Amino acid sequence: MIEMQKLYLLVPLAPLAGALIAGLFGWLIGRAASHWVTILGVAVSFVASIVIFQDVLAGHTFNGGVYTWLTTGETRFEVGFLIDRLTTVMMLVVTFVSLMVHIYTIGYMAEDSGYQRFFSYISLFTFSMLMLVMSNNFIQLFFGWEAVGLVSYLLIGFWYTRPTAIYANLKAFLVNRVGDFGFLLGIGLVLAHFGTLDYAAVFAQAPEMASHTISLIEGQTWSLMTVICILLFIGAMGKSAQFPLHVWLPDSMEGPTPISALIHAATMVTAGIFMVARMSPLFELSETALSVVMVIGAITALFMGFLGVIQNDIKRVVAYSTLSQLGYMTVALGASAYSVAIFHLMTHAFFKALLFLAAGSVIIGMHHDQDIRNMGGLRKYMPITWITSLIGSLALIGTPFFSGFYSKDSIIEAVGLSHLPGSGFAYFAVVAGVFITAFYSFRMYFLVFHGKERFGHPVPSHDHEGGKEDDGHGHGKPHESPWVVTFPLVMLAIPSVVIGYLAIQPMLFGDYFQGAIQVAPHHPAMAELASEFHGAAAMALHALTALPLWLALAGVGLSWFFYMKRPDIPEAIKQRFSLIYSILERKYGFDEFNDWFFAGGMRLIGRGLWKGGDVAVIDGFFVNGTARMVGWISSLVRQFQTGYIFHYAFAMIIGVFVMMTLFVKG
Amino acid sequence: MFSGLSLLSLVIWVPIVAGVAVLATGSDRNAGLARVLALIGALAGLVVSLPLYTQFDTLQAGMQFVEISPWIETFRITYHLGVDGISVLFILLTSFTTVLVVIAGWKVIEKRVAQYMAAFLFMSGLMNGVFAALDAVLFYVFWEAMLIPMFLIIGVWGGPNRVYAAVKFFLYTLLGSLLMLVAFIYLYSKVGTFEILDFHRVSLTMTEQILIFFAFFMAFAVKVPMWPVHTWLPDAHVEAPTGGSVVLAAIMLKMGAYGFLRLSLPIVPDASHALSGFMITLSLIAVVYIGLVALVQADMKKLIAYSSISHMGFVTLGTFIFNAYGIEGALVQMISHGFISAALFLCVGVLYDRMHSRMIADYGGVANTMPKFAAFFVLFAMANSGLPATSGFVGEFMVIMGTIKINFWYAFLAAITLIFGASYTLWMVKRVVFGAVANDHVGKLADISSREFLVLGLLAVAVLAMGLYPLPFTEVMHHSVSNLLSHVAQSKL
Repeated sequence: MIEMQKLYLLVPLAPLAGALIAGLFGWLIGRAASHWVTILGVAVSFVASIVIFQDVLAGHTFNGGVYTWLTTGETRFEVGFLIDRLTTVMMLVVTFVSLMVHIYTIGYMAEDSGYQRFFSYISLFTFSMLMLVMSNNFIQLFFGWEAVGLVSYLLIGFWYTRPTAIYANLKAFLVNRVGDFGFLLGIGLVLAHFGTLDYAAVFAQAPEMASHTISLIEGQTWSLMTVICILLFIGAMGKSAQFPLHVWLPDSMEGPTPISALIHAATMVTAGIFMVARMSPLFELSETALSVVMVIGAITALFMGFLGVIQNDIKRVVAYSTLSQLGYMTVALGASAYSVAIFHLMTHAFFKALLFLAAGSVIIGMHHDQDIRNMGGLRKYMPITWITSLIGSLALIGTPFFSGFYSKDSIIEAVGLSHLPGSGFAYFAVVAGVFITAFYSFRMYFLVFHGKERFGHPVPSHDHEGGKEDDGHGHGKPHESPWVVTFPLVMLAIPSVVIGYLAIQPMLFGDYFQGAIQVAPHHPAMAELASEFHGAAAMALHALTALPLWLALAGVGLSWFFYMKRPDIPEAIKQRFSLIYSILERKYGFDEFNDWFFAGGMRLIGRGLWKGGDVAVIDGFFVNGTARMVGWISSLVRQFQTGYIFHYAFAMIIGVFVMMTLFVKG
Repeated sequence: MFSGLSLLSLVIWVPIVAGVAVLATGSDRNAGLARVLALIGALAGLVVSLPLYTQFDTLQAGMQFVEISPWIETFRITYHLGVDGISVLFILLTSFTTVLVVIAGWKVIEKRVAQYMAAFLFMSGLMNGVFAALDAVLFYVFWEAMLIPMFLIIGVWGGPNRVYAAVKFFLYTLLGSLLMLVAFIYLYSKVGTFEILDFHRVSLTMTEQILIFFAFFMAFAVKVPMWPVHTWLPDAHVEAPTGGSVVLAAIMLKMGAYGFLRLSLPIVPDASHALSGFMITLSLIAVVYIGLVALVQADMKKLIAYSSISHMGFVTLGTFIFNAYGIEGALVQMISHGFISAALFLCVGVLYDRMHSRMIADYGGVANTMPKFAAFFVLFAMANSGLPATSGFVGEFMVIMGTIKINFWYAFLAAITLIFGASYTLWMVKRVVFGAVANDHVGKLADISSREFLVLGLLAVAVLAMGLYPLPFTEVMHHSVSNLLSHVAQSKL
């Protein structure tokens, strides 16, 4: 077992070492050495994760400390690992996608002057994400949580000369901080009431705390579990971009495409989903919290999908689809179908990373033009990118036998079986979402890969990546990307097709998550789902007669009709329903509201407190006022010091009289 | 190497003697010699401080390295020194910071070099004296004496408005500490000695306690500084030279909070409990109100000064919630803030030396021309925002965890710093460091020299080490803090 523990340490430390070498000594060792050392680090981590996965399958889970971070009072805070079946799924997904993204980056960032810095950051991200998922306690979870936020901040602002990038990274960090604010308070309540931040100890005590209440407002009591879970979930809302803290994710597309795939699609944004699944023993104790989770997820799934329909930037279409899919995962959590959420997290990681990297490949092929209105017919020029994109899109919309079908269909079924308040709306949202997803995914697919070749006549647009203005469009034909770019596409396309078929039986209905995820007996959705499950092939065949598939087909068909056959119709709709269009274009006005109300309001209050409080009242009135008062009194007193003896004598006589009067009277 | 008996005396007097030696080099013709002597003196001061940590017995709650000898026997005033887990780390911080300040001022200060360096060495010894003194008069003497070099540093080497700032600083803090002296004399009349440890044991009525509490409050709240007696700090920082700001933020502010822990809490525990709501309220105002004020500052030094006040709000909050999380968190926060604020003021100093401006609007895109500097600046900004794995997180985390046990809404308000702290710090970073090169001056900036790299690098290591492994810091304080807590829990009425 000692051997295995060394291996656990190796998993996060290998990428960390790569990040440090590339980051601190990248200038010395050069570009190639920097990418080799980071790729080696992540590859080691991936291989070690496979070994650990097999060890865990053999029944060896681990829960133990690495070192004591801090002791205070009676409490010890440790850095430690919990290696169980939930952890290993995440480790595999993170290290595999990260490895693919590392390889892809060689091609994508080839001309960038910040090459070493970029590799250092993505390896640092991998380290942070691994610390997050491997943690055995809340505090290390929070460490990883904020550390991935930091790297995300650095990577969104990677091209730091672009105003939009440094606006987006600040926004991402601050919105995430709002979530973390709730998260930290949730952790605080856990510590205050359980006396420990160790998962195992907290989960063991959880059932007896179920009936505890706390009073936050005079005269009102709430279930402790509800308050804790909602606060923790606020953290998840920030990290996993759930409504109304979703606003940072679309802007995060300002970062280079490889990190959009790794951080803002496959791994970091799913940290919130992972966290709630990890906390299933707590969330199961509060139906109110589950209900909130489900409704927030449903709103995100449906309304963010609508926004994908009108985007013209290839990355933003994929970004909104990510938001919507994160909503699906959240809905699954709310339905107590934690294993389904993790299952969808995994399939989504593969096909969404694929879609993003394919979009990046298109961007390279298009000489850094990202506007899908300028593309079209690319399948002739970029065959590998085309086929893999098609696979990713088919997986995303839930085509039977593809990975996304198994996970998404299971979510829909599970929500249908939930009886919590809000489950009706959630069911509607996830079913309607199928149509929307199919529509915008294939709108993008058709506009990019089929139809007329529109490049060479660009629509004026400011969405260029890399700031390479002189490398403009219209110069030459699009071309297929080098093998370092297409190889990861192929490697991700394979699991995007098969992983659902292979994994659904053990992950959802077998005992794979035994012990790692807890579902209360009165939340029977998973159990009922299992009783209806008769094998992966049967599930896919059964779906041929079910509503979601027909909705998806309708979505694909409609987008084909609109964008391939009759492009005048969407234009006409845009004119006819200009109000709705402008609401969607302004993303429901969240950005404007936040800028005006929160950013503007904070500055306004700050300026008021400064000028009014500090400068006028405290300094103006009290401090300098006191000084003036002293000056004024002394100027008065100075009047008495005339220098004439008779003035002093007169004052003395008056004084003597006054004193005698008082003395005699007394 | 050093006998335990005289270690604390060495810590106080080595820098002062070195300061005299530096002063003896005289005019600026010998500036080079003055610098070398100052560095030797500062390093010697650090070397004699280190055994305080290595030989410190973490299992003992009481005073260690105690020295006592009569001083003014008529009033039973003694030269009494000693440190416990609460004070020992501050001495190390002071000696460490002095070395940094000497290196940081190496090239920057060109006029009256010897006097400048000597002032910092004197100040180092005097501040160590405050943390080591166990006799109230001795404490008071060190406390007031350290104002003089700081007053001179601001008044002589400061900016254009230095006289206003220096006088404001001096009067503000002097007026506060006079009341402390009154309280000491009153306590002397009750106890018969000026021993601080005897003061801890004397029983006092509630009225006496309340009056003494406010006398101390006037002295300490100004130093911390707590809202609303904080307005001297931004002015002092803006006018002070970089080294002055560093010492002011890193150490001098800690005197106030140290005073609360060493004097207010143990001498007047009942009043401290009774007035804890008042203190918590002021602390939370500091965190929230000052956080918002920091957001709209156009001057980098003012912004960091306000950020300091906001962070010190955590210190006073932790002090007055009376649990181990709070007090240890407050101590950790003080040490951490010593590193981070020093680092941020040094960063602003690096920019100011090149551009002669502290205005955020004059910068933009510094990362293009100063990438190494930008990396340091972003790291320290993140630490200032309380990012986990930096020291800035540890203290805030402990205080928030301690506060939530007392009252959820206090913790709620305190935790707002997560948002505000990140907002004002990173917004500044965005406008200064990131973006395209804003003007020709930024375009001509040269990246940090190896001397600047050394100073910022040492602080970066300190910030990360304390964030990743704070245990060695808290281990030192455990027993003294739990001793203090049990003392404070006993009524003196």
